[in-house]
Amino acid sequence: MDFVNAIILLLNYIFVPALAYGSQLALGAIFVTLIYGILRFANFATGDMMSFGTMFTILFTWYFQSLGISLGVLPTALLAIPFAIIFMICYMLLIDKFVFKYYRVNKSPPVQLAMVSIGVMFVTQAVVRIVIGPSDRRFFDGEKFIIKAGEFKEMTGLNEGLAIKSTQVLTIIVTLILVSTLFWFLNKTKTGKSMRAYSDNEDLALLSGIDPKKIVMITWIIAGILATIGGALYGLDKSFKPFTYFNNMLPIFAAAIVGGIGNPFGAFLGGYVIAFSEILLTYAYRKFFMYVLPESMEPGGLVQLLSTDYKFAVSFSILVIVLLYRPSGIFKGKVL
Amino acid sequence: MRKNLNVIAAYSIMMGLIILVGIFQSWNIALSIFNLCLISAVMTMGANIQWGYAGLINFGIMGYTALGGLAAVLISVNPVQEAWSAGGSNILFSLFLIIGMVLAVRYVLKKYEKSKIRTYIIATIIISGIIIIRFVSEPGIEAIEEVNPAKTGFLGGLGLPIIFSWIVGALFAGGLAFVIGKVALGLRADYLAIATLLISEIVIAIIKHEDWLTRGVKNVIGLKRPAPYEVDLQQTDWFINLVEKFNSSKLNLISDFAERQSALNQFVIEGSSVFVKLCYSGLFLIVVIILLILTQKALYSPWGRMMRAIRDNEEAANAMGKNVVKQHLLIFVLGSAIVGIAGAMLVTQDGLFTPGSYRPMRYTFLIWVMVIVGGSGNNFGAILGGFVVWFLWIEAAPIGLYLVNLTTAGLDDTHFLKVHLIESVPYFRFLMMGIGLLLIMRYRPKGILPEKIEIK
Repeated sequence: MDFVNAIILLLNYIFVPALAYGSQLALGAIFVTLIYGILRFANFATGDMMSFGTMFTILFTWYFQSLGISLGVLPTALLAIPFAIIFMICYMLLIDKFVFKYYRVNKSPPVQLAMVSIGVMFVTQAVVRIVIGPSDRRFFDGEKFIIKAGEFKEMTGLNEGLAIKSTQVLTIIVTLILVSTLFWFLNKTKTGKSMRAYSDNEDLALLSGIDPKKIVMITWIIAGILATIGGALYGLDKSFKPFTYFNNMLPIFAAAIVGGIGNPFGAFLGGYVIAFSEILLTYAYRKFFMYVLPESMEPGGLVQLLSTDYKFAVSFSILVIVLLYRPSGIFKGKVL
Repeated sequence: MRKNLNVIAAYSIMMGLIILVGIFQSWNIALSIFNLCLISAVMTMGANIQWGYAGLINFGIMGYTALGGLAAVLISVNPVQEAWSAGGSNILFSLFLIIGMVLAVRYVLKKYEKSKIRTYIIATIIISGIIIIRFVSEPGIEAIEEVNPAKTGFLGGLGLPIIFSWIVGALFAGGLAFVIGKVALGLRADYLAIATLLISEIVIAIIKHEDWLTRGVKNVIGLKRPAPYEVDLQQTDWFINLVEKFNSSKLNLISDFAERQSALNQFVIEGSSVFVKLCYSGLFLIVVIILLILTQKALYSPWGRMMRAIRDNEEAANAMGKNVVKQHLLIFVLGSAIVGIAGAMLVTQDGLFTPGSYRPMRYTFLIWVMVIVGGSGNNFGAILGGFVVWFLWIEAAPIGLYLVNLTTAGLDDTHFLKVHLIESVPYFRFLMMGIGLLLIMRYRPKGILPEKIEIK
């Protein structure tokens, strides 16, 4: 019985949260990797683009709520996301037309594009803060839990409860659907294949008649979808705050690079690698060992490898180690 | 003279703007802007050495700034004797363990060929080392943090004058840069940018959460000053006389004695804070001028030519027998050390160390905007960038407010749009920075004062 309790404990505090957090990171990481693979620069505006998409989601959610439209048990935000995506894509294409296109056409070095993306980051951040303000916003409505800890205890008669938030399940399901559609698109359709070809070898792709304008446009459209959904899911699960989104850029970069930048599947897995290692290394295992070990061997301290303050530091250290020992990432990068 | 005309013009305009602030807002604001402009100028010089001279991207400026600030704390704060006796020995012992661990890793690296086994041995040494150090240091750390936590709760510093910390800050930052450079400089440009950004976040995380060393988010306040205190000045005779002389024309208009005395008091209070700021300006100006002379000399020396050669064509420079790796490391350390000086100067000026305030937006990206806007590769340009961008960063709020009032003049004062816009005036600075950076990158990619190299 103690063993089952220990498993439930890990599920509740490590597995479920890490899976949800990992999915959110994975969407961001695929976004980074797509931009890197096709447009060939590190996009420092990632976090702020995600917060921009989330901002639209929140505005539409408020609008629908004021009209009295809701999805019952599901959050209203789900209804708002498609509309937000449309606005987000328009924003992305505008930015590309007025900012990034010039440097792409001139074949500027990637460093210059990265610098330009910092300018975009400043502007996007300003717009978000001016429109919706810098404070914490919760826009979740509907049923909060699928299983509550208390109900689970009653149901199974265990000491440990398992609480599963509906946003966590929602995050995982949406991520799986989105990512499998994306991989199907990249691997099976003609446009997807031409995108991969363009990422692999630009000159050859151009020679075989692939239209770069179309590729770039589709990349921004996919990026817009990913950024909005990723951001909105994160906001639903935790809360929306522009500064947190800006900070999330760092683990997202870590996930993309760990997975091998330019490789969407690697980025997808990289998100989970980062999320799991962050939570595994900073969790206090005291209770777990109390269940597993006999009473005489019970640990005295918290049995925590690192204090939770170092959560971010964990992902960065992983990244630094990966960068030093295997700069192409765990799954060889640069093949979209 | 002619060829320097644009430099002189740009700097005169900048000075004119600051003087205008002094006349229209107050000299206090003008001087605090000027001081921070000088500190920013030191930071941009550091970043410019790395980016402009050698083409190295360093997005870790925040980390070096914070280390400089840490140096200011560790140098100037008086040592906390109780804390030392409570846990000092544990900390010192852990320090020895860390040194031992590093030496062991070095030994393994030298002794064995590169292989999987070597990697595993190193990993074991590091992991077991961390566990042992945790066990050794934990009781010490707890004991230290329990010593009067409301006031100290940390080891304190050396109790030396804070000016020394400017040099020590440079050493700290240079040391960190040496370690980072050793491991990360081989990376491609954009990977290096991301890696340095993340490493600086780690540095901040450590400074924020190792309370025994830095007091963490509890902040260290009331640091020593290299300049006199306002309160002391207000009671010194020569200073009051000086203020009286300065404002004699205004004071003579007032005939009533009591009124005259209170007016004088007001002038003395204002004057004291202006005087203190002027002291800081003088100190900072000395640092900026020394650094400017050194960096200009370096830029035109054979070493500077070699750096530009490496920047413009690494392979060719390598083929000519220049040690690219070594030079990159050297310039990475030098640039970071300069940023470290700026970090210590910043804490010296503020008189307090707040680890929570180190954010990448303000201390990394803003500095980069300064370098790019000012003109990378040109020291005068970089300094000008520091001045222009910091000036705009501060004055963006008043300008934004003016613009909001202008565009919404037709609306009622309580109209929700107007109220909302006025509330969000502080964020217009981000907008201005972003648009400014984008415009400069597009239409003047070499900055306001572009790099101009003449062979003398």
